Parts: sequence; C-alpha cells; structure tokens
Amino acid sequence: MATATVRTASTSALSELERRMLRQMLLIRRFEEKAAEAYALGKIGGFCHLYIGQEAVAVGSLAALRDDDYVISSYREHGQALARGIAPNAVMAELFGKATGCSKGKGGSMHLFDAAKRFLGGHGIVGGHIPLAAGIGFAIRYKGGDQVCICYFGEAAVNIGAFHEALNMASVYKLPVIFCCENNRYGMGTAFERVAAVTDVVEHACSYDMAAELVNGMDVLAVYEATRRAADRARKGGHPTLLEVRTYRYMGHSMSDPLHGVYRTKEEVEEQRKRDPISQLALKLREGGVLDQAGLDALDAEVREEAEQAVRFADQSPDPDPAELLTHVLAD
Amino acid sequence: MATLTYRDALNQALREEMQRDPNVFLMGEEVGVYQGAYKVSRGLLEEFGPMRVVDTPIAELGFAGVGVGAAMAGLRPVIEFMTWNFAVLALDQIVNSAAKLLYESGGQVPIPIVFRGPNGAALQLAAQHSQAWDAWLSHIPGLKVVAPATPADAKGLLKAAIRDNNPVLVLEGEMLYNVKGEVPDGEHVVPIGQADLKRPGRDVTLVCHSKTVAVALKAAEQLAGREGVSAEVLDLRSLRPLDEAAIVASVAHTNRAVVVEEGWPHAGIGAQVVDVIQREAFDHLDAPVLRVTQADVPMPYNKQLERLAKPSPDRVVAAVRRVLYLD
Ligand SMILES: Cc1ncc(C[n+]2csc(CCOP(=O)(O)OP(=O)(O)O)c2C)c(N)n1
Ligand SMILES: [Mg+2]
Repeated sequence: MATATVRTASTSALSELERRMLRQMLLIRRFEEKAAEAYALGKIGGFCHLYIGQEAVAVGSLAALRDDDYVISSYREHGQALARGIAPNAVMAELFGKATGCSKGKGGSMHLFDAAKRFLGGHGIVGGHIPLAAGIGFAIRYKGGDQVCICYFGEAAVNIGAFHEALNMASVYKLPVIFCCENNRYGMGTAFERVAAVTDVVEHACSYDMAAELVNGMDVLAVYEATRRAADRARKGGHPTLLEVRTYRYMGHSMSDPLHGVYRTKEEVEEQRKRDPISQLALKLREGGVLDQAGLDALDAEVREEAEQAVRFADQSPDPDPAELLTHVLAD
Repeated sequence: MATLTYRDALNQALREEMQRDPNVFLMGEEVGVYQGAYKVSRGLLEEFGPMRVVDTPIAELGFAGVGVGAAMAGLRPVIEFMTWNFAVLALDQIVNSAAKLLYESGGQVPIPIVFRGPNGAALQLAAQHSQAWDAWLSHIPGLKVVAPATPADAKGLLKAAIRDNNPVLVLEGEMLYNVKGEVPDGEHVVPIGQADLKRPGRDVTLVCHSKTVAVALKAAEQLAGREGVSAEVLDLRSLRPLDEAAIVASVAHTNRAVVVEEGWPHAGIGAQVVDVIQREAFDHLDAPVLRVTQADVPMPYNKQLERLAKPSPDRVVAAVRRVLYLD
C-alpha cells in the first residue's frame, strides 16, 4: 500500500488538499443519503446504486487529475460525477429525471454525463465501458495530447472479457489510461472469491505487462497519491496503469436490494464502517490541528444544505417536454 | 390447479424438470446463493446442490458457451440471463454456436439448451436496461423462441423448452413475475409453436405476446365498454415457430387486425405477422393492418417519456378505431 506522504506539497498545501477532499467526501455522503430518501419517496425510480463507503476512491483519484482529463464510469457513478464538479443540482435533477438534469432526464442514475467536464458516463452494462476508456486513450494519443483517461469499474467486471481485451490493447498501444478497479468485495450478492480464480485484481496487470498498484481505498490520500503516480506515467510515456482500490459499499447493491442480505453479515458491514474514510480523515485533521470540531460541524452543515438545495432544485424542475422523446436519436 | 405467480410457475417447471431428468442443470448469475436476481430459482440450490445450480461470474459470453459445450456433451443446460440486455454479450455463442452446430455438423450435434430471463422494459431502467429483443432473436434459423404471458403458459412453455432437443430461448418479463394465475399441477406442457386465443371476439384481432397480452386485453375491455367493439385477443406465445394458421384463422373471422408488441417498429415481430396476414389472408382483410410498438427510440429514463414510449391500451384502442374507420 502507498504511504501517505506528498513529497511535492508543502504542509499547508497538503492540509488544504485534505480539507477540500474531506468536503467533497462529505458532500457525496450527504447527497447519497438524500438520494436514498428521495428513492424511498418514489421521486427517483429504476436502479439507483449508492456510493456510500466508497467516497475516498472518487475524491482521491479525481483530486489528482486535471480538468482536461477524461472520466468514464459504471452505473455506480454519483460520487465521481460530484467529485468531477458536476453541480449537485444537475446530478440530483438527473436522478429525478428532470429536464434540468445533466443528461436532460433521459439517462437517470446510471447514465450521468457532462461532456463539457469530460465526464463521459454513466454506463450500465458491466465492463462495457472499459474498452471505451481505451478508445478515449487512443484518441488522446492520436491527437498528441498529454491528458489521461480514468476508468472506474467494480471488481466483478474483471471477470468479463471486455476488461482483458481492453487492458491488452491499452498496453500494446501504450494508451494513457488509468484503470481504476473499485474492489468492494461483492458484485451484487456474490463475493468475489466465489467467482474469481485470482482474487488480487492487481495480478491481472502482469498478463498485460502493465504497471499496477494495490491501494487502500479507505485512505483518500493514498488514492490521491497512487493516481498521481499513474497519471505521471500516462502523461510521460503513455503507459496505462491498473489500480486496485480496496473499498467497501455500506448500502445494498442498489436501492432495490437488501442492506446485507444472505451474502454478508450485518457484523461485517459494521466492522467495515469502522474504517470509514470520512471519519478517518476528519480524525486526522482534528488531531493535526487543521480543523476543530466546530469547523467540521460547519463543513457538514454546508454540504448538508447543498444536498438539500439539490433536492429542492430537482423537485421544482420541470419534466422534459414530451417532444424530447424523439430527440437525440441521431445527430444532425 | 393452483394459483401461482409467474415467478413460481417458472420455479415449479424448473424443479419438476430437474427432478425428472438428472441431466438438467441451471447456470447463471446469482441463481444459487442469492436465490435468483428475481427469485425464479428460489430453493433450487438447497434441493439440487451446487453441481446442478451453478453461480457464475459476470461473464455472459463465457457461461453461455459453457452451456452450449455441456449440451454438446449430453447435458441439458438451462442458462439464466439476469436480463436479456446482458445476453447481447452472449449473442455470439447463441447465434454462432447453439444455432449452428446441428446444421454445420450435418445433423450430428444437437444442442438441447434453454436460454431464459426477463426481456423488455420494466420501470425507469433507461436505455441499456429496457430492451425487447424478440425480433432480433426470432430472426435466427436453428433457434426456437417463446414468450409466455401467463403463469400457466410460463410453466408449460418452460417445460416444453427444457424437453426440446433444440436451443430454445424463453423471454420472460420483470413486470410479469408477480402476475398471478391458475396453473395446472404436475405434467403441464404447452407445445412450442401454438398461439392461444386469450379472448374471443368478432370485429378485430389483436395479435400480441408476452407483456402486450395484458395491454391488448385491457384495450379489448375498453373497446367492449365504450365503443361496443368486440376484439379478439390472440397471444402468439411462440415467436419462432410462429403459429401462422392461428393468425390466419382469426383474421379470416374478424377481417381486421392490429399487432401489438413491446419492441421497436423497424423490422419487428409485427412486420412478420403482417407478412403472414397479407400473404395468407389478403382476401379477408377489410382494412390495412396497423401496428402498435415501442416508440422508435432508446428508452428514456424520465417516467412521463417512458410512458409515452411504451405500447398502451389507449394506443391500441386508437389503432382499432382506425382499422374500423371509426374516426
Ligand atoms: C453484462 C452485465 N451483466 C449483468 C449485469 C447486472 N449487474 C449490474 S451490477 C452487477 C454487479 C457488478 O459488480 P461490480 O462490478 O463489483 O460493481 P459494484 O456494483 O460492486 O460497484 C451486476 C451483476 C450488468 N449490468 N451487465
Ligand atoms: Mg463490487
């Protein structure tokens, strides 16, 4: 695991970064809690996969990237969308299916997009977007840019052919892609070790002669650092990296699934909550004198208000015009 | 007779066929420990053990191929797709292996396999998770395709599919799993290739299958009440082979038809039905045949737009009014 030191940053810059990351993680947590409430009220429909517990992965990794880098993700992407800087209003409105949503109400929870922010979805077929990331990397290389593309997917996607095909091509073509596997141990109700012969995802990098790192996904700074190293590698030589980030989802697979079910125990979930990435960072900042309890409370109040405002905005926003049914099937 | 949900009728068919034939096994994502993503396989792992109720990785192409290979070597696999949206990843094995092996081996290698799972839209699952593949899948010689609408048909057709010596695709529906109905106990097998008259009528035939049977029945109800129109509801049940005789017989009797389906209009199941009607019942027709389908767009997430996109009783009634020249 990476050690939590940032060589290039001064202590105060580091504190500032940590503060910012704490705020983002808190915002995602509060936003997701509001989304759960709205789902229970029937304001959000369909499949809704919450990110609670995994906040450090999106926040740490995206903090290490530039605004002109590309981001692509699976259906569990609310956290990345927010960490990327898509307005909570636009994300919540999308979950509500409203015209003001970041995909105009047509995509919903699983298909968040903001092309201007180079946030290219929100994809619902497990593993289907991993080759797309390689393609984005190909385009970057083709145009001679120094951007990178980060691609988020769950550990269960590693069992799909598309993962292996994409990693091989990314390595052969030397594409600037960071494959960020969020290993939360379960794909729906199946523990990874029940369906995977190799349970350390990082090991797969050997098959494709690719750099790889195993990262503690409950430590936001560790995620930040590992992503920085991967981004450097990509920008300099166009070398892809496979990151296996060990994390944990506190909620059910989606809002229509049980919290723990038969595949894991309540105790396990409780145990994991003790490693909570937000509490850990808050504790560190308190102990380091960067943020006292009052400051922490103020931060929390601020993001709570932001999440509540997002719900109000989504509530008050209009549905798409019925004519929108027929638009966007083909480009002009 | 017992009243069962569609889900439990499928469960009963699986259980009975697994008891009857030790070569039948079930494989798919979450079918075992999790008891099925939609609980169709509830209790089967306990009864038959992990050799016959097999949890897979998320690897549709892989486990579809494992199924076909097992069928080549004498087993009778039932492969569950969590939904048919994900079966698209497995299409190579379904189309290039399962559908071809008998033919390209000159009849030496039959593939007695069932691929099953929910097809079409549920509620607000958006574009990638709301697709009806009926027409795609019915296009391929070497496959049979069934799409039961009721619990009794679900049981009877799944049993027939498992006993068939060919690859049979069973299109179920997430929105159908909770539907209740009378189901005959024990040996109840519905022959593949037979349509079923779900409601007799005089003035127009509503050709439908799967979820659109309920849509057509509701429309028939409205038509009988408000318009005094007597609509006949013909449930295709099998999409390949198609019961052409039943379609022709019904249209010969009503002289008008509307075809209702969940899929997109372009090259849809309805286009195939219209071909049968114009070819075999041309002289019986008093009006052009109309079709009610999903709007020709990927499914939107927004609830209102989704409602507009789906076939509805109102749209069927409007089409019936047109073929009866009531407008
Ligand atoms: C090809 C495909 N098969 C099945 C599914 C249904 N499904 C959606 S998410 C999921 C589990 C994925 O787990 P993982 O990749 O670990 O991601 P996580 O949900 O844990 O973030 C499954 C089986 C799907 N969307 N796509
Ligand atoms: Mg997972």
